[in-house]
Amino acid sequence: MIKLTHVDKQYKEHHALADVSVEFPEHQTTVILGPSGAGKSTLLRAINLLERPQQGQMTIGDLTVDFAHPLSNKEVLAVRRKTAMVFQSWNLFPHLTILKNITAGPIHVLKQDPAIAEKRALALLEQVGLAETAHRYPGQLSGGQQQRISICRALAMDPYYILFDEPTSALDPELEAQVLRVLQDLAKRQNSMIVVTHNMEFARRVADQIVFVEDGRVEFAGTSAAFFNRPTERIAAFLDAMKF
Amino acid sequence: MWEIIRTATPEIVWAGLKYTIPIAVISFAIGLVIAAITALVRTSTPRGNQVVKGLWYLGRAVFTFYVWLFRSTPLLVQLFIVFFGLPNLGIQFDAWTAGIITFSLNTGAYASETIRGAISSLPTSQWEAAYSLGMTYHQVLFLVIFPQALRVALPPLSNSFIGLVKDTSLASSITILEMFMVSQQIASHNYQPLLMYSIVAAVYAVFCTILTILQHALEKRMSRYVVAEGE
Ligand SMILES: Nc1ncnc2c1ncn2[C@@H]1O[C@H](COP(=O)(O)OP(=O)(O)OP(=O)(O)O)[C@@H](O)[C@H]1O
Ligand SMILES: [Mg+2]
Repeated sequence: MIKLTHVDKQYKEHHALADVSVEFPEHQTTVILGPSGAGKSTLLRAINLLERPQQGQMTIGDLTVDFAHPLSNKEVLAVRRKTAMVFQSWNLFPHLTILKNITAGPIHVLKQDPAIAEKRALALLEQVGLAETAHRYPGQLSGGQQQRISICRALAMDPYYILFDEPTSALDPELEAQVLRVLQDLAKRQNSMIVVTHNMEFARRVADQIVFVEDGRVEFAGTSAAFFNRPTERIAAFLDAMKF
Repeated sequence: MWEIIRTATPEIVWAGLKYTIPIAVISFAIGLVIAAITALVRTSTPRGNQVVKGLWYLGRAVFTFYVWLFRSTPLLVQLFIVFFGLPNLGIQFDAWTAGIITFSLNTGAYASETIRGAISSLPTSQWEAAYSLGMTYHQVLFLVIFPQALRVALPPLSNSFIGLVKDTSLASSITILEMFMVSQQIASHNYQPLLMYSIVAAVYAVFCTILTILQHALEKRMSRYVVAEGE
């Protein structure tokens, strides 16, 4: 389980996370929703410590970190080894082949045997239908392909949780569907996932839990069914605004 | 005249292979290490307690001063200070050591700006993607940042290296018997300065042309992952 308690993150001018307490259950998919600038990315990035909140605690599996003190390198690496991140613009390493993009983490961070890491990477590529791209470079592939590869890169780390920050926002609808199908598949296999998205259809069909964030606050955390039942006026307004 | 060319050229080339090239290569290698460290100190922001931060800012000030100093004074003057000047403080180097130290520090100061620019030209998302995999700072640097930064920095660094090969002629002024010094000595014996200096100029040009060819081959190799414009 990942559990945040009283987490506070202040940028120079902006209070991005205000006293956030929320839990992300294991083997479930939590979708984070909220208007632009609500603090969704900040929340996700705080979990793998790309952002450092100033207050609060985070428990992730058997590990608890206290943001009130500077974290040690060891703590940071331990947290990051439990999480893997999929970014909006995939952020593959352009100078490495697809295969090396996927095996870099397992070989250098997990100290896996290169031959084993490669075998695993090829199996993952096979799963997303991209085995033939193994020896090409990211720049030669479409956005949708690159995003599916970045999901393989994350999966190769055998993370306790996978974090997705708007994984399809930079894609055409057709490519978006391909990527969402991969996510749905992962969710069905009971991976522990946290997904920030604006795709309401995905939230409705795949989320076990929904967390609704606004102005740096968690305004709602509950089942998908409860959320789409329009529990508050604000959520009803948000749901209506997402329609057109 | 052919006789003069035939006897003088090998002597000059030999001095080039024995002094000019080694001085340039060694100084450039050391200079690159100095440059990389300087660039990193000047681009990263410290995390930690007040003492660590204080030391970091102090270190950064020292590196900034170093870059400023070597970029704002002539190389020839730097050579003279290290070789002829420092002995007044009881710090004495032989000509070789003085040459290598000065050329390395000088190259390091210029190249650090090149490397700093190349590193800052990479999107922060590359750092984040690498960190999110659980890599350490060193792993991020050597697996993700340096290989990409090097591609960006290669043309300006090659320029610096070719510049350095030519600048080693200044080492003649601190008694090093490199190519230019040898051609001077021969000219003073055979009274053929035009011929001698033309020969040494040609040898410099050949060395630099070979380096340019190497540079292009290396650039091509390092850019193999870059998709051609419009593809
Ligand atoms: N590095 C930063 N410095 C200052 N303010 C920032 C920084 N990053 C984010 N913010 C601010 O914090 C707030 C929350 O940002 P965040 O990126 O978490 O929002 P979001 O919910 O992910 O929005 P979006 O849907 O547009 O991605 C925004 O108002 C943003 O302007
Ligand atoms: Mg965002």
